[in-house]
Amino acid sequence: MSDQKKPGISRRDVLKGGAAAAGLVTASSLIPTRFAIGGTAKVKVGILLPYTGTYAKLGTNIKDALQLRIHEAGGKLGGREVEYVNIDSEAAPPKASELTNKLIKKEQVDFLVGPVHSVVGMAMVKIARQADVITVIPNAGANGLTGALCAPNIFRTSFSSYQPGFPAGQAMLEDGHKNVVVMYWNYGFGKETAAAFKASFLAGGGNIVKEIPTPFPKVEFQAYLTEVAALKPDAVFTFYAGGGAVKFVKDYAAAGLHKTIPLYGAGFLTEGVTGAQGEAAEGVRTTLHYADSLDLPANHRFREAFMKATGNQADVYAVQGYDAGDLLVQGMAAVDGDVKAKADMIKAMESATIDSPRGKFTFSKAHNPIQDIYLREVVNGQNQVVRTVQKAVEDPAEGCVIS
Amino acid sequence: MHTVTRPIIIFLCICLVLLLLFPAVGGPFYTELVTKIMILSIFTISLDLLIGFTGLVSFGHAAFFGIGAYLLAILFNEVEHINYWWSLTLTLSLTGLAALVIGWLSIRTSGIYFIMLTLAFAQMCFYFFFESPHFGGDDGIFLANKPEIKFGTHQLIDLENEHHYYYFVLAWLVGVYLFLSMILRAPFGHVLIAIKANEQRVRALGYSTPHYKLVSFVIAGTIAGLAGFLEAAHTSFVTPAYLGWHESGMAIMMVILGGMGTLFGPVIGTFIVVLLQDFLPNFTEHWKLIMGGIIIGVVLFLPNGIAGLIYSISNRFTSSQKEHGREHV
Amino acid sequence: MESSFYLIQLLNGIQYGFLLFLLASGLTLIFGIMGIINLAHGAFYMIGAYLCYWLTGITGNLFTGILLAIPLSILFGYAVERLAISHLYNRDHLYQVLLTYALILIANELQSIFWGNDVHSVAIPEVLKGSIQLTDNQAYPIYRLFISSACIVLAILMYWVIQKTKLGMTIRAGASNREMVQALGININWLFAIVFSMGATLAALAGMLSAPVNSVYPGIGDNILIISFVVVVIGGIGSIKGAFIGALLIGLADTFGKVLLPEMASMVAYALMAAVLFWRPQGLFGKV
Repeated sequence: MSDQKKPGISRRDVLKGGAAAAGLVTASSLIPTRFAIGGTAKVKVGILLPYTGTYAKLGTNIKDALQLRIHEAGGKLGGREVEYVNIDSEAAPPKASELTNKLIKKEQVDFLVGPVHSVVGMAMVKIARQADVITVIPNAGANGLTGALCAPNIFRTSFSSYQPGFPAGQAMLEDGHKNVVVMYWNYGFGKETAAAFKASFLAGGGNIVKEIPTPFPKVEFQAYLTEVAALKPDAVFTFYAGGGAVKFVKDYAAAGLHKTIPLYGAGFLTEGVTGAQGEAAEGVRTTLHYADSLDLPANHRFREAFMKATGNQADVYAVQGYDAGDLLVQGMAAVDGDVKAKADMIKAMESATIDSPRGKFTFSKAHNPIQDIYLREVVNGQNQVVRTVQKAVEDPAEGCVIS
Repeated sequence: MHTVTRPIIIFLCICLVLLLLFPAVGGPFYTELVTKIMILSIFTISLDLLIGFTGLVSFGHAAFFGIGAYLLAILFNEVEHINYWWSLTLTLSLTGLAALVIGWLSIRTSGIYFIMLTLAFAQMCFYFFFESPHFGGDDGIFLANKPEIKFGTHQLIDLENEHHYYYFVLAWLVGVYLFLSMILRAPFGHVLIAIKANEQRVRALGYSTPHYKLVSFVIAGTIAGLAGFLEAAHTSFVTPAYLGWHESGMAIMMVILGGMGTLFGPVIGTFIVVLLQDFLPNFTEHWKLIMGGIIIGVVLFLPNGIAGLIYSISNRFTSSQKEHGREHV
Repeated sequence: MESSFYLIQLLNGIQYGFLLFLLASGLTLIFGIMGIINLAHGAFYMIGAYLCYWLTGITGNLFTGILLAIPLSILFGYAVERLAISHLYNRDHLYQVLLTYALILIANELQSIFWGNDVHSVAIPEVLKGSIQLTDNQAYPIYRLFISSACIVLAILMYWVIQKTKLGMTIRAGASNREMVQALGININWLFAIVFSMGATLAALAGMLSAPVNSVYPGIGDNILIISFVVVVIGGIGSIKGAFIGALLIGLADTFGKVLLPEMASMVAYALMAAVLFWRPQGLFGKV
């Protein structure tokens, strides 16, 4: 957001961010400072996020919030100026290796931040492990990223699929729903979330009436909803996100099912899409590590700053980007900007406490957040916290061995 | 088929020399990128055999690329020391078998129906890998180990080494190019080209055209599988997206942009498309707008692709022997 | 499960089939009459949806939104045909594939520039808001029935235009013998421009009608493209009747596939298409 970009990149950010740039960038700062008298070299932060296609909004919010956090810290990391190298991941798995290589080998970035899409994350983390570049994942939820693929240099500030899924089982039992239909998009994220949900729900004595995986990313739900109506469960647990979440929630309400069969889901069901869902979303309950209306000073402060900087409402994705920025700030502060002191930096990052808008959190051994999971209910188009379902939820990090 | 005139041969030799020298100056990122482009070129050349020479427009060619990649990942995931030749042979035979089955079912139709049927089979393969619980689903699969090329106990080529892999892929690209030009020069190739021009007449001459088309389909599919194998061994990562229709469409685009029916055209097309994808995003977030504009420009003003442009330039050099220039055989 | 369950599923399947017909009809027109593989069909669908969202937002009513969006779509289709497609009539199909592919890239970027990347909803007008109770706990939204009836009306309208009017005769003649039409002194360019903008508008209309149900977001056009082609090919290219039957077949196969063969649900439509083409390589109602 400030003056540290290559000419091409900065132009691109201006084109992109519009309001974001207007808030934080002064005209003079757009001039590349390649010729300015600089002390130490700049820190290069490579950002691989989707800026086009279905996930574009997520990518933009994460990037804006990340840069907002670093801007708040004086626009510096460990006392050094920052240069951002932004690449559009297009959420395209076949390109993931190439784009990650571009950041690591061509741009020789000091840090990697990204991505949104789990499969892109798999390919990216695989390369980052080998290249030993400190990487912060601000969204991609695949359990494996901090499970079998975990490494000292890989951090995640978002969540693992397990985290919103597992506490949901407990939450639904507490709400008195014993016979439940599970519906989810049949792909990695959906499957992992459903599996985590089932683990806690069955252990607590719940009964899964039927499990209905639906083809991803298709949004024709009518046949399945008829099935749900015929099965008459106490409630339905789901995983859908983005456009699919909008369609699902609207179809569910239009079929009249919301009156007799309460709808639950992993938080993404009502995250950033309640405006489009409208009345249909009222009363939908979801579990997530964040809610817009969380009454925490850090959250109020963040939401105000984000609004001021970008003109947009913050969401959970922005929070995750913001915390990724915070982790970089803390890590670099600990070593005074010496990126060569990797071991010390990793040590500082591991033991960091992030004062996140979602509430304070620390990292597990596998470098995934240990965080509280809230049960939220949509009231007047807003996700209101009903209660904290489970405190300090830690991903089991299956298959993770960190030496 | 365009005859390969002397200026074209000189041009191709210059390109080859440039490719041979590139790793010395390109730096690690571009060396890897060009490796990837060469792998994709093997894929698009094989598609040119179908589109440009046999007249079979396959809209599902990426299926074979993906099958080749998946076979390496599935069959050898647990193996610690993968024997290169053995894994290659097995992968290619099975990909060829898949091409035989899909080709046999598809060549019954023609024209637009053929396009759509190949698409349908590719989509079925895509969903097979995408939704199957055994092969990693949409998460894809990692390869734990790369194949080893050994001669006795001595390791000939280290596939972990980017430069080794670069030259290794380049050798394959040249090999595939020479192999296909040889086939096309043989009587078999002449029949294929004749089928593209007028299938009925070829049939009237007593040739069993379905057999020729099927063999062409299997050869193209197997070579696409080779490209997939090389890609999987390169990135150690396979996802169902490799089989998607977007990839098939992209490959068609590369073939036409480069110039179909020339064998070297698709290679140029692949280079241009991938390099543009690497380069354009530096300027604007909406780079696909420019990409779209470039494609439209080529369609309207360069109908024979870049290769067509090269031919017309080379014809100017050899204007004395123009009759050989751009004639179809 | 009781029989009412299957009856409702039948209703679901038919309803989905009607929607698919709306998607496929424009494609089969362009496909059959002009011989153009229009990959940009999904882009027109997307543009229709966004125009509907935009104009409904301005006017505050879905019907006026759609009424205003239709002439814009016609104009847009006409412009695309004149500026781009019309240069390619004498060229190989492949160039048309490539050009319309480029149009997808451009349309998606324009959408992102003009309307951003958020998910938007389009309000259903008060009149169509209610629903009909089918069983003790399931209702059928009236708006879905409205879409179905709109599809039926359009199907009848298209049948009438193509079978009974002079324009229809010309179109049919153009489909079977292009040279003959030209010999009769009919301006084939003019005919093609009309057919293309009609086809594009049908796609856009499908986008408009389903916008309140589907919402509007980047990439919606990409999801409907392939399934539309499947319908067209099963029915036989250029046949409106074929598209209608093909759409119902796919609608039913997809719905019952989901219920009876959930693991294979995504493959059912493609398997059906492969089977039909194996049996009848020119599709159900296609000409050889």
